[in-house]
Amino acid sequence: MRRFVKRMMANPTTSIGVVLCALIVLAAVLAPYISPFDPLDQNIIDKLKPPSTTYWLGTDAYGRDVLSRVLWGARISLVVSVASIGAALLVGGAIGMVSGYVGGRVDLFIMQVMDVLLSFPSLILGLIVVALLGPELVNLIFAISLTAVAPFARIARAPVLSLKERAFVEAGRALGFSHIRVLFVHILPNILSEVLVMASLWMATAVRTEASLSFIGLGVKPPIATWGGMMRDGFDAILDAPWLSIFPGIAILMLVLGLNMVGDGLRDATDPKLSGS
Amino acid sequence: MIFYVIRRLLAAIPTLLAVLTLVFVIVRIVPGDPAVAILGDRATPDAVAAMQHRLGLDKPVWAQYLDFMGHSLRGDFGTSMVTGRPILQDVGAVLPHTMDLTIASMLVGTLLGVPAGVVAALHRNRWIDVTARMLSLVGLSFPVFVSGVFMLLAFALHWRLFPVIGNANLDDPIDRLDKLVLPALTLGITMAAYITRVTRSSMLQVLGEDYMRTARAKGVPWRRVVWRHGLRNAGLPVVTVVGLYVGILIGNSVLTEIVFNRPGLGKIIVGALNQRDYTMLQGLMTIYCFLIVVVNLVTDLTYGLIDPRVKQA
Repeated sequence: MRRFVKRMMANPTTSIGVVLCALIVLAAVLAPYISPFDPLDQNIIDKLKPPSTTYWLGTDAYGRDVLSRVLWGARISLVVSVASIGAALLVGGAIGMVSGYVGGRVDLFIMQVMDVLLSFPSLILGLIVVALLGPELVNLIFAISLTAVAPFARIARAPVLSLKERAFVEAGRALGFSHIRVLFVHILPNILSEVLVMASLWMATAVRTEASLSFIGLGVKPPIATWGGMMRDGFDAILDAPWLSIFPGIAILMLVLGLNMVGDGLRDATDPKLSGS
Repeated sequence: MIFYVIRRLLAAIPTLLAVLTLVFVIVRIVPGDPAVAILGDRATPDAVAAMQHRLGLDKPVWAQYLDFMGHSLRGDFGTSMVTGRPILQDVGAVLPHTMDLTIASMLVGTLLGVPAGVVAALHRNRWIDVTARMLSLVGLSFPVFVSGVFMLLAFALHWRLFPVIGNANLDDPIDRLDKLVLPALTLGITMAAYITRVTRSSMLQVLGEDYMRTARAKGVPWRRVVWRHGLRNAGLPVVTVVGLYVGILIGNSVLTEIVFNRPGLGKIIVGALNQRDYTMLQGLMTIYCFLIVVVNLVTDLTYGLIDPRVKQA
């Protein structure tokens, strides 16, 4: 494990990625303590002020402090991406593992269903699900996890197909272990690294999707600060107040880039053969 | 070849049917009665019943399902609940704009991405490779609406090189091109980032193959070995990946159209969402799914065309 961490951190890309993600996580955790203002506090006298020593990143059309809103917005991005990818990983991973392990017609059917799910353009699927169920945090998480279940099912299934033929599985069965135990105690650890690499890359996609939905107006409802929603406000005032769209845009980019870098680093570290590919 | 094409066509049919079924299910599980949604809460029961009859909602579910499947397969995607116009007509009106954007961005993506990927692979782990990898990672990390807004701020508002409003006059080629540049770059760069990565890793694999060494040994110039023998083989996974990318491309083009205020499918779908135009949503979703199934099919066929071995499998 220590060697694994060392190998991962030896790669400068990964270290930068870890730092970027850590910064955003810190911002989210510490938001109540380090925000200079209340993110929802309106101050009409100071509306649309450019960045200054009082308002480091300026203020929006309601006179709300952009810096405080960017810090608080990190919470929504992180909660939505962690929860939705966590759910997709559990559900999709379980479906894929069981499907691959059972094999035969069941496997064929399940994978056909997953293929159908994959034929939906993910943003459109998310858009429609949120629009139909209503723009609530839970629905947003549900919609994003729905778009990610099929890929996780696929990635978990593929290695199970070959692993189930291996001697240790047969040995486990011969010792009288149940299928469930063999699957989750003996096979799961072997596919975990691959699934976790996927998870970090998909987290990046989830952050992007959440921000995109908020930008379209289907995210967590205002006045709660979300980066996509702030971009939307900034877009409406793009002629007068470019800082409104620049700073949340940079925040989104930092988190997505960080997650992608960590994902790449994880992949290289788990599979040295693929290094840099 | 003919048999291969027929076999692929037949294989696409169950997928298409399943996808259509899922569209039907998704639209049906919507909470609330669409008839009430159209008429409002204060509509009389008679009016609601009449509207249900008009929408075919008074029939049993299986009859609605058969109706929907029959109509969709015949290319009838229904009429909008809000405008009353056939959905295909609304879609057809904006199609040239969407096609312009799709084709232009694919060009940008391929022309930037393929050479960048090949060059990066040839100089593995050297500075040029590291730069290409870094840039493609950054490109992949930009949500298109962020890069679109940044483009708009830089090139349309700060330097005033391109127009902000994107509703192009289709009969004026200069205007059409002028308003296409920024949106096409926005979409194309994301795509180029993706294609660079795939081309690079595919090329790296091909470079180690025996036939590359053989070609070089028999005296073929290295440049030609790379671009002719190498790229031809490395191109296969790239084609697949570009085919798979179409789902992402659809989502991204929706966002690009919103940012650059271009007419297109993206604006129609957002309008339909805001007005709760269920039939329009159902029709659009059907069209998108048709599109994806067709693109997957074409990808498979191209695969067979480039690589004769695939046909036998």
